[in-house]
Amino acid sequence: MLHTPVIKRTLATLPKTYGGRYTVSLIPGDGTGKEITSSVQKIFKSENIPVDFEEVNDLEKAVESVKRNKIGLKGIWETPLTGGSKNIALRKQLDLFAGLSLYKSIPGISVKIPNIDFALIRDNVEGEYSGLEHETVPGVRELLKIVSKSNTERLARFSYDYALKNNRKEVVAIHKANIMKKADGLFKNIIGEIGTKEYPSIVNSAMIVDNASMQAVSKPHQFDIMVATNLYGNILSNIGGALIGSKSLIPGANFGTEYAVFEPGCRHPDVEIAGKNEANPTGLILSSVLMLKHLGLNEYAERINKATYKVISEGKATTKDIGGSATTTQFTEAIIDELKSL
Amino acid sequence: KRTLATSAPGKFTVSFIEGDGIGPEIATSVKKIFSAADVPVEWEACDVGPIIVNNNTAIPEAAIKSINKNKVALKGPLATPVGKGHRSLNLTLRKTFDLYANLRPAASLKGLKTTYSDIDFVVVRENTEGEYFGVEHDLGDKVEAIKLITQNSSEKVIKFAIDHAKFLGRPKVLVVHKATVQPLTDGLFYQVGKSLEKYQSNVKVEFELLDDYIHNSVKDPKKYHDYVVVAPNLYGDIITDLNSGLSTGSLGMTPSANIGEKVSIFEAVHGSAPDIAGKDLANPSALLFAAVMMLEHLGLNSHADKIKAAALKTIAEGIKTGDLGGKATNSIYTDAIIKNLSA
Ligand SMILES: Nc1ncnc2c1ncn2[C@@H]1O[C@H](COP(=O)(O)OP(=O)(O)OP(=O)(O)O)[C@@H](O)[C@H]1O
Ligand SMILES: Nc1ncnc2c1ncn2[C@@H]1O[C@H](COP(=O)(O)OP(=O)(O)OP(=O)(O)O)[C@@H](O)[C@H]1O
Ligand SMILES: [Mg+2]
Ligand SMILES: [Mg+2]
Repeated sequence: MLHTPVIKRTLATLPKTYGGRYTVSLIPGDGTGKEITSSVQKIFKSENIPVDFEEVNDLEKAVESVKRNKIGLKGIWETPLTGGSKNIALRKQLDLFAGLSLYKSIPGISVKIPNIDFALIRDNVEGEYSGLEHETVPGVRELLKIVSKSNTERLARFSYDYALKNNRKEVVAIHKANIMKKADGLFKNIIGEIGTKEYPSIVNSAMIVDNASMQAVSKPHQFDIMVATNLYGNILSNIGGALIGSKSLIPGANFGTEYAVFEPGCRHPDVEIAGKNEANPTGLILSSVLMLKHLGLNEYAERINKATYKVISEGKATTKDIGGSATTTQFTEAIIDELKSL
Repeated sequence: KRTLATSAPGKFTVSFIEGDGIGPEIATSVKKIFSAADVPVEWEACDVGPIIVNNNTAIPEAAIKSINKNKVALKGPLATPVGKGHRSLNLTLRKTFDLYANLRPAASLKGLKTTYSDIDFVVVRENTEGEYFGVEHDLGDKVEAIKLITQNSSEKVIKFAIDHAKFLGRPKVLVVHKATVQPLTDGLFYQVGKSLEKYQSNVKVEFELLDDYIHNSVKDPKKYHDYVVVAPNLYGDIITDLNSGLSTGSLGMTPSANIGEKVSIFEAVHGSAPDIAGKDLANPSALLFAAVMMLEHLGLNSHADKIKAAALKTIAEGIKTGDLGGKATNSIYTDAIIKNLSA
């Protein structure tokens, strides 16, 4: 079957440039957000990247701003235990249905298992994050997990298109259809059927989420692209982060049909270390690399990617979470110095 | 405090559900090892069906009678069809006997070289509700699956975790939740944990978001050595398989205990492994270690210790099944354990 990867079909439309410059909404979030976004801003400035940031940190304004600019770069907002995640609200309001994150070993970081390279695509707008909860009688509470055909179909197509575009070979659907036979059954079946019918060149398979979690820490090289419901995505993203060496190393992006918001793939605001100049901005820097590629600014993307990898692999100016002792500022400056010598 | 098996003079009778797939093979190993070790346990074969009663998956009356009478059962894996067919029998058993807590230890083993070396987790999983509630509605374009959290079950399982921490001498219990995204349901689980902060004076109750727990348990597992972790059903399910991956790299090693007020059922964490069934390739360790947990539960500690030591010695000698990277068949491994019992 003939199939052209029409990226437009599942990926956000590209923003317009004004005089060759892009405006990107910058949403720092909470915790270490301010520190890691400012690291990216400094790097962009030193490279004279044709991007102007429009900083907003209020949910309503952020949504408006992204609607205008079509593109955003974001840290993570903290969510209280009483609920009301602004992160989820933003993704839902902008209909950013696909959450992509990448798990690729970075040379120089000491880990148990080297040479890992897989992508995770998670549902971003429904599943266990539906927000539909109620108390039937005191002491008895229910949550409705939602899996819809329409959303799962677009998530499936997004995943296979991503596979084609990025030269990946296999998509595995992560589910728990032995227990949630209808909901997870629907998820698993749609991912499989769309793969088989519309993307015969990509292998599709399925794996139960608990087994996948176990496999991820013992034989992670078997994974190429995992596509998962919202909660399973959360779990696998945190396993993935730990495997690569730290939750702060993982690039990520949220895509809808109109907008794209780039944010760390392991979504932690790291409130405990906020303001200490300790945060590792790598996850957000690499997210900004994805963003530059999305904008077609590939040369800048390559340079930043290369400089970041170089600084990490040399190990002289790395942050605490990966065994170093540099501050966020020192790490950022080391990348900027490296960029100058490239 | 614990429910004991009925005993003939000097002997315990235990219901044995051998299960599907590799079940009968690994059951045979356990029986052989138990008889070689002179364990005072008599097995009562127990067939759990399934049968359908009022459109629900159920287990036959004879099995229910046997388990209720003996109070203790050992169980091999029961296969569940994916995306169709009868409800999980494992689930049905847990519901039938109200086995509200599922206890799953996972530790690195001396003599077994693995990627992660210093794992020592004890996890208690809520066993009767949550995402396993089993009610789903097909609404055309979408399906709704109901996750159920009750005050009552949350309280029973968290109390069990705290009591068990005290029993093990672990000073802390960690309640794992996702109340940020599920403030009512997981929020209830969290609040119940809060209300039990003073339940045992020498066990501290702490809390961690699922995300953080998962990340930290892989990145820095030592952090949890003095905790008993307790979580809602699905998280517990995933965490414990993850722990198998971290501790031994194989599902074939991890035992578990389903604890109820009247009855306890000990089982292997793994499934029926249809891919290797009937080939003498299965690792019987998980079921054997479940049987060892059962012996501890029955107070037969010296038999428990002896069997466990023999198995660990065998593995340390390099006699291992394929899932652990070894070449031994189930029978070779089993015979080697028996030899090591008297060594
Ligand atoms: N009160 C808190 N205490 C500790 N950590 C928190 C708290 N609130 C949020 N976090 C962290 O911030 C992340 C973002 O929270 P949020 O609930 O909005 O989920 P999210 O961004 O959709 O990401 P995910 O689905 O991966 O949880 C959480 O997953 C958690 O790691
Ligand atoms: N005791 C064991 N010894 C060796 N390999 C095992 C053992 N248990 C599980 N495995 C392997 O682990 C993988 C997962 O098997 P398992 O049967 O647990 O999962 P499953 O497919 O979910 O089965 P079920 O539907 O019965 O739960 C299989 O490849 C199997 O061969
Ligand atoms: Mg999170
Ligand atoms: Mg499981």
